[in-house]
Amino acid sequence: MADLLNAFAIAGKAFFGFQAIFFALLAIGINVHFGYTGLLNFGQIAFAMLGGFGIAISVSQWGLNFWLGVVIGLVSAVVLALLLGLPTLRLRADYLAIVTIATAEGLRLVFRSVSATPVTGGTRGLSAFNGSFIDLAPWETQTRHRVLGTSWSGGELWVALVGWSLVALTSLLVWQLMRSPWGRVVKAIREDEDAVRALGKNVYAYKMQALVLGGIFGALGGMIYAIGTGSAIPDQYQNANTFLAYAALILGGAARVLGPVLGSMLLLFILQFADTLLRALIENGVIPEGLLSSTDVAQIRFVLVGIGLMLLLVFRPQGIFGDRREVMLDAR
Amino acid sequence: MTHAPHRAREHGARSSAEQGQGAPPRGLRTWRAWRTGRRPLVLALLVAAIAMALATLVPGVASAEGERLVGTLQTSRSGPIEGVEITVETADGDAVDSVETDEDGRFAVDLPGPGQYSISLDEDALPEGVELGTAGATREVTVDLGRSQPVNFGLVDGSSGAGGGTVRAVQLLVDGLRFGLLIAVCAVGLSLIFGTTGLTNFAHGELVTIGAIIAWYINVRGGVPLIPATIIAMVVGAAVGALNERGIWRPLRKRGTGLIAALVVSIGLSLLLRYAIQIVYGGFSNPYGDYQSQRAVNYGVFTMTNRALASIVISIVVLVAVALMLQRTKIGKAMRAVADNRDLAASSGIDVNRVILVVWMMGGALATLGGVLLGLSDQVQWDMGFRLLLLMFAGVTLGGLGTAYGALVGSVIVGVFVQMSTLVIPDDMKYVGGLLLLIVILVIRPQGILGSRARIG
Amino acid sequence: MPADPSAQGSHAAGSEEIAAARQAGQHRAAPQRLAQAALKDLPWEVGVAKPDAAVVLDGVTRTFGGLTAVSVDHLEIQRGGITGLIGPNGAGKTTLFNLLTGFDQPNTGTWSFDGRDLGKLSPHQVARLGVVRTFQLTKALSRLTVLQNMLLGAQGQRGESFLRALLPGIWRAQEKANTEKAMDLLQRFKLDAKKDDFAGTLSGGQRKLLEMARALMSDPKVVMLDEPMAGVNPALTQSLLGHVKDLREEGMTVIFVEHDMDVVRDISDWVVVMAAGKVIAEGPPESISQNQAVVDAYLGAHHDAPLTVEEEDRVLAEVQAEIALEESGTSSSSGVINSEGTSR
Repeated sequence: MADLLNAFAIAGKAFFGFQAIFFALLAIGINVHFGYTGLLNFGQIAFAMLGGFGIAISVSQWGLNFWLGVVIGLVSAVVLALLLGLPTLRLRADYLAIVTIATAEGLRLVFRSVSATPVTGGTRGLSAFNGSFIDLAPWETQTRHRVLGTSWSGGELWVALVGWSLVALTSLLVWQLMRSPWGRVVKAIREDEDAVRALGKNVYAYKMQALVLGGIFGALGGMIYAIGTGSAIPDQYQNANTFLAYAALILGGAARVLGPVLGSMLLLFILQFADTLLRALIENGVIPEGLLSSTDVAQIRFVLVGIGLMLLLVFRPQGIFGDRREVMLDAR
Repeated sequence: MTHAPHRAREHGARSSAEQGQGAPPRGLRTWRAWRTGRRPLVLALLVAAIAMALATLVPGVASAEGERLVGTLQTSRSGPIEGVEITVETADGDAVDSVETDEDGRFAVDLPGPGQYSISLDEDALPEGVELGTAGATREVTVDLGRSQPVNFGLVDGSSGAGGGTVRAVQLLVDGLRFGLLIAVCAVGLSLIFGTTGLTNFAHGELVTIGAIIAWYINVRGGVPLIPATIIAMVVGAAVGALNERGIWRPLRKRGTGLIAALVVSIGLSLLLRYAIQIVYGGFSNPYGDYQSQRAVNYGVFTMTNRALASIVISIVVLVAVALMLQRTKIGKAMRAVADNRDLAASSGIDVNRVILVVWMMGGALATLGGVLLGLSDQVQWDMGFRLLLLMFAGVTLGGLGTAYGALVGSVIVGVFVQMSTLVIPDDMKYVGGLLLLIVILVIRPQGILGSRARIG
Repeated sequence: MPADPSAQGSHAAGSEEIAAARQAGQHRAAPQRLAQAALKDLPWEVGVAKPDAAVVLDGVTRTFGGLTAVSVDHLEIQRGGITGLIGPNGAGKTTLFNLLTGFDQPNTGTWSFDGRDLGKLSPHQVARLGVVRTFQLTKALSRLTVLQNMLLGAQGQRGESFLRALLPGIWRAQEKANTEKAMDLLQRFKLDAKKDDFAGTLSGGQRKLLEMARALMSDPKVVMLDEPMAGVNPALTQSLLGHVKDLREEGMTVIFVEHDMDVVRDISDWVVVMAAGKVIAEGPPESISQNQAVVDAYLGAHHDAPLTVEEEDRVLAEVQAEIALEESGTSSSSGVINSEGTSR
């Protein structure tokens, strides 16, 4: 019973921690891409990696100011979006999917390669770049506080506060955009881009804007993650995270402003809860060792996400809060 | 974020001097083979792992395994080189250990933990004619947590490399051809499935992995020679393909699930299968039981092991057979008809569902074969298919999405390009070259090499 | 029948007029009949120059593989008239539409609208010049409401720019004006009661109406309708026809593709007949049934295998034939496993 309560508390921390912010920002970006515009970006993690490494490289390798690093991270995300969009946005949707998934994998391979080690730190990555950000906290960052049964350091709370503010701001931005005529065009592109072309809208430009915008959100997510962990390691940015973010988005409901946020919190809660509980059950011998060992638990979460993604898409494509009627109209 | 990949190395080209570099010493191999099936529970680590799970979202799975440096000294002329002393030091210059290579030229040095190490070999102990490459006798390596880090000293023996760029280019071309044909074998199914159902199947890489691993279990655990093991695995692979179609995709088509939704479902399936495979099989690289200690045969301008030659021949024979089947047989024509227009094909009396089922079975069997060929050259790993998937997509897109022959041509080009690109870019970045090629082709000729322009939306 | 008195009035007047004109065998020069009057004395020959041409095509060809889908030497479309484009299946009508509106690029040729070259423009640029089209398969934007569909048609919206979208003050007034205009149009098309419904819930005929109304939101000069009556239930057909005629009353140039000859005869001022990618005849509606080339083209088409609408379907028919034959081992186009659109 204590295990269960403890699992809840730990999962509760995941609910609000920087990982949830990370996934929320990734998923908000994917919501702009996939939920509203219908773009299949399966390499969102690449934007996050550029965001995280933008700060890490600027600060710890080039000795630049932290905020300049933020700017560099955002600019490189924009450049990546343009590079990805230029060749593919005129083509059928699958092409963007393939190119983004390949880019996410390729970029990680470049960042972890031996030849990139002088810049990116190779497989070991970079650290010690978030000091000046943590120092901005208006309170003591070393002391630990008890929040809802789990322990948070002042620094963690500061990152969470800034992160959730970012989530709120980006959600507000998405909300404002999607109720404007711009959002109407973008949603129409999702439905049928030829019809929108025939009405005199430059579909290519709108798709590009959406790709860039969502990419920027992804980069912000990567920055929060890098600041939260205090390090930037290429293998942290595995593309499986993109699919976790997709799962979060679909769980919370695509094409809704708060869908990705709620979905991310919920997803992390479920995953962390399952994780802690499974480990506890194995430890106590409830689950026999022959069936599942503790080292397998990390894999189980991806298996769960895979199953969840499939079941959601098939049985509740509108997400858990969504309206089924709307999805039934989806002709795609 | 997620754990570090447990792979020894990338696919593909190895100059003769690198042969077998990733294979662990023989003693280790059996130990691993035992460990692979069901890893022992380390209770002490468990508590720590829980704590780590909170700190890092996904804890490293490999924390139970020690770090080590492994490698093989051999060249195509000299064969394995025995009795060369290998010395390992930490980055600070503290001696860790020193060992001599065994009769297979192999060495393995256990390390105190992850970090930077410097490994060097005794140059004087090398046999006549064998020399160190340009990189010298010392290597600086970074070892990740729980990783067996392969070290390659890049020995040259005058059979290749010494002649300069042209010979190396030919060598890479041949390697690329082998690799490209292997990709093609895997990708034909992907392309046909796309053609007949419109599904962009992101779980196709897992068909490759499952096939390779089934063959590994039959071959290594079951003791069946590799060739019959492969044939049995192909039958199972076809069944897995059929299961995919009957269990998931046909019901989804019946439900009227959209193609985008189906695409995301395939991604979910890919995640599910990939990590389920890792749980069952483990995060290790294992070779097949046969054809491992082959020496490269010298063909003048290039060298090639007999298994690589066999891989090329088998790929070509299979691909020609597939092409003939598409052109000549009733079911092949039906496949093309369904791909062209499903409704029209259905109204002409073709049982579309049956055709799609056959396509899936064929795709599964071919993916299995490709997986075995890949495992033969690069060892069997839990994510081997997923890593190949990107190159398959590159090949299929390059040739024109949904065209069977395009998949073939595109895959071969991707394979050759990826290998040849190591002439100018570092080996660990060669996949990036393939990706760049894909993007450039999309800019110049979005419909692919063999695709027709009219079909692009 | 439309309830709106003006629409009904003009529609009814139109029908009577046609009936009267047919009986009398001559045309009255009522104001809305300007185009017809202008075209009255033209010779019935292919490529004839029109007194006031809005759209002019020269040497336009488009081939798919080895197949020539469109090959038009010279064609002019009269301003302010309704031009019907007819022809057997696979004649290249839809391809011609796609070329004219920038959705497809020709192999050779030029065409212009009001003297402006349209050859190198993309679809949205063509639309901004005032040439809008509808599609054979209706493209209602399913998960947008009917009103949102309409608002999308309005041109020059300030709020459609990314940065200005963030400042509602800039676009709110324009949005309000557009909404009023949209509601007027919806009322005319009797869709106003459905303004907040998702467009995906409308019936096929209602979608056709919505698509046409949406096109009108952009105040077009040329309206190109690809089979506006296809799949519309007969009760709505008359209403749709009335709306098409209204477009002409408002001074727009209408080009439409249609299969129903009664409809073509009813509303067109001029008819262009295509077969196998070429224009084989043009003239006023009554001239067409007497034209031997047209009769041949239609009868000839019936001898062929049954074909569906678009030119690419001919390629598919080849495959079908091949399956039927079973023995021929070689083929050009069907050797490539390919699908786009068809299986999606």
